[in-house]
Amino acid sequence: MTSTRLIDFKGYVFLAVLVAAVVIVPGLNLLLPADNPFHIPSYLVPLLGKYLTYALLALAVDLVWGYCGILSLGHGAFFALGGYAIGMHLMREIGPRGVYANPELPDFMVFLNLKELPVWWWGFDFFPYAALMVLLVPGALAFVFGWFAFRSRVTGVYLSIITQALTFALLLAFFRNDMIMGGNNGLTDFKDIFGIPLQTQGMRASLFALSALALGLGYLLCRYIVTSNFGKVLVAVRDQESRTRFLGYKVENYKLVVWVISAMMAGVAGALYVPQVGIINPGEFSPANSIEAVIWVAVGGRGTLVGAALGAVLVNFAKTWLTGAFPELWLFALGGLFVVVTLFLPKGIMGLIGSMDSVKAWTTRRRAVAKPAE
Amino acid sequence: MTLLRILLCLVALAGVARAAEPQAIFDRLASTKYDDIEAGVGDLATSGLPAAADALSAALDGRLLVAPGKPALFKTPMGTTIDVATNAPAAAGADAGLKPVRVNNRIRRAVATAIGTLTLMSPDARARLRAAESVFRGRDPETLPALDKALAAEKDERVLAAMRRAKAAITLTTDAPEADKVAAVGLVAERGDQDGLVLLRGLSETAPAAVKSAAASAIQAIETRQAMLARVQDVAYGVSLGSVLLLAAVGLAITFGVMGVINMAHGEMVMLGAYTTYLVQDLLRTFAPGLMEGSLAIAVPAAFLVAGAVGVAIERLVIRHLYGRPLETLLATFGISLMLQQAVRSIFGPSNREVSTPDWLSGSLDLFGLTLTWNRVAIVLFALAVFFALQLVLKKTTLGLQVRAVTQNRRMASSMGIRTDRIDALTFGLGSGVAGMAGVALSQIDNVSPNLGQGYIIDSFMVVVFGGVGNLWGTLVGALTIGVANKLLEPFAGAVLGKIILLVMIILFIQKRPRGLFALKGRFVDA
Repeated sequence: MTSTRLIDFKGYVFLAVLVAAVVIVPGLNLLLPADNPFHIPSYLVPLLGKYLTYALLALAVDLVWGYCGILSLGHGAFFALGGYAIGMHLMREIGPRGVYANPELPDFMVFLNLKELPVWWWGFDFFPYAALMVLLVPGALAFVFGWFAFRSRVTGVYLSIITQALTFALLLAFFRNDMIMGGNNGLTDFKDIFGIPLQTQGMRASLFALSALALGLGYLLCRYIVTSNFGKVLVAVRDQESRTRFLGYKVENYKLVVWVISAMMAGVAGALYVPQVGIINPGEFSPANSIEAVIWVAVGGRGTLVGAALGAVLVNFAKTWLTGAFPELWLFALGGLFVVVTLFLPKGIMGLIGSMDSVKAWTTRRRAVAKPAE
Repeated sequence: MTLLRILLCLVALAGVARAAEPQAIFDRLASTKYDDIEAGVGDLATSGLPAAADALSAALDGRLLVAPGKPALFKTPMGTTIDVATNAPAAAGADAGLKPVRVNNRIRRAVATAIGTLTLMSPDARARLRAAESVFRGRDPETLPALDKALAAEKDERVLAAMRRAKAAITLTTDAPEADKVAAVGLVAERGDQDGLVLLRGLSETAPAAVKSAAASAIQAIETRQAMLARVQDVAYGVSLGSVLLLAAVGLAITFGVMGVINMAHGEMVMLGAYTTYLVQDLLRTFAPGLMEGSLAIAVPAAFLVAGAVGVAIERLVIRHLYGRPLETLLATFGISLMLQQAVRSIFGPSNREVSTPDWLSGSLDLFGLTLTWNRVAIVLFALAVFFALQLVLKKTTLGLQVRAVTQNRRMASSMGIRTDRIDALTFGLGSGVAGMAGVALSQIDNVSPNLGQGYIIDSFMVVVFGGVGNLWGTLVGALTIGVANKLLEPFAGAVLGKIILLVMIILFIQKRPRGLFALKGRFVDA
């Protein structure tokens, strides 16, 4: 089912598109004058960058769902945790430039009458520490969660529901002011990173390029995993978990490794997302966001990686356009997309692109798998 | 002050010696001197005239009309004129030359006290009880004589006890002998509520030692009692929350538990039920306002039909194609839920819709110091009724038999001539319809908005998964356990943290028992 080459044809096209984007988008933005018809306006650069971070999140979801059969309805939690980690660093970067001009504490802590920085904010002044936390916090949460869940053989729908409960619990937790994470308002009013203001054209272009780079690296990592022998076992777990276990593989360990990697990827995506949109708040934990990420993957094509990224970009482009032009229609369109894709496009857009024969073969095989389960 | 005392003495003496003749009282009220008016008010209160209470309250609003030598009249708020002496409507034009009784703050106070005294003697036991309660709170030593008189005349046990406690409260503020005060502390402690606690805590530092120690132990007893009461109240609220969860989840227990279909649009079925209630009330208001009190009785079957029909449509159009693929069902139904939300938002607008509560559901029930609102009580009863009705349908009807047969072994059921696809549609319709009925109940306690369902969907899944899939009893136990646990956690952890703890506990519980509290056993489990 999966090609054994690290980078197949679709992969080359995907990476080429990414490289082209890295060159063209900042180039057309920075080098062309504003009145040139090919000029990309500055507001568009972070928007496109945001799509790329969504694409990275979609890759993370596809890695566990498409190749290991774990439908996570809580990946938004890892995304948001990564975002919060970098958001905390950006808050510390504000320094005394806040409204209260307190050199020690961010504004919202002054507002909460805090006297000193809470322990869990220590170290976030230091960028490498924050960057480490972007990986460690989602990774640790995923490890603990996965350790228990996979060991107790919580599978399928049950796992999906408890991942949803996980992100819902975090949503509630981050809404609390006692968390000292900005509560309802979240973290915002960021000024700069490494001393460079976030609003400058150069910074926006760099963040865009960084997002594209992260997406490319994430893709290569995923390809590396799924084309390796390890990846073959993952697919086996997806298709016949019990049989794989009876063959002697420690299914839970395979699942745990890929689950933690996926969570870290989602964390990186969140960390790149936050400086580009300028805010992180508890709303990012809402279960609906996580489910939306799943639909990006479904639209693009589950288990194709490239499709996941493509789906994320396309759906979000449609969202930006529809919520602007026809706000009433967006939820109908998104809802309809869910239904149409699950009913008629089980392999997503990538399935359409591939030859119709292989789609037929795939769906008949799926049916064959589905039948005995009745 | 002295005058007031005189007045109250007069009040106290009234039982012994009938005060002045009515006309003398009216003349006094017609005086220009406040002293005379005040005495007149006291006289009127003790006159025994049936209209005295009404006339006194009329005096406060300037509706009591008097003139020297003429019969006094008062106007009811409706505008009819009543003769105070006879309590009968006065002849037209009888109010010519009459003036309202002059009122200042002193008179107002006198009138208020007089009315209080009158209600202590009211023929209505509940009015007397209320009056005794207000005396307890006011603990004005000057009401003591009137209270004594009322005590002497009182027959009703409850009112008598309340009056004794009121007297005890007053005793504690006076310089009564120590033994009396200790006894009074005991009486006040009998109340065992916040008011008694406030009174005992407020005892002056100069109180005798015996009184103080009696008060201290009484305070402790009340606090223990209140803490227990608070726990009981938490449990009662928990049962109430649990029954809300049960209502929201029991439909899901059918679609998810019995059919194995993950219906993310379940919350929207609840929402549709709530909007059906709104529509039913709206139509009744326009076409049959007389039926408004029964609007909920009409809304329940209507909501069942609306949500049930939508459920059948969803099953026929979408879910039918996705059997055996639970994760895809989940995504498709989530899409449907988004569309339903947006459809309702487009039709009814994004803001909350007003659903009125019938009179018979408003108000509250007072049970040994526990306060339960009637609508909460009704929801508990409704939830149980729905639950047992469903059990009956599943256990005793042909449909139920067929549903269980299809659940246990689809192929065998099909071979026995059961039309499995029809049963699927009906089961899904049944589950959705029950969700719709839940919506009727939730419209009474929650905001009817397009997002109504979103607030319940995760909780409902938690209940079903916790209770065990495919088992309605598990749903009942799960809902009540989660509800009570949530409310018991709240006082310690706060509402939000309590909920988080509960979610984490359920996540951990699922690790321990992946198939819930009451797991199904048998070979069809893995299907």
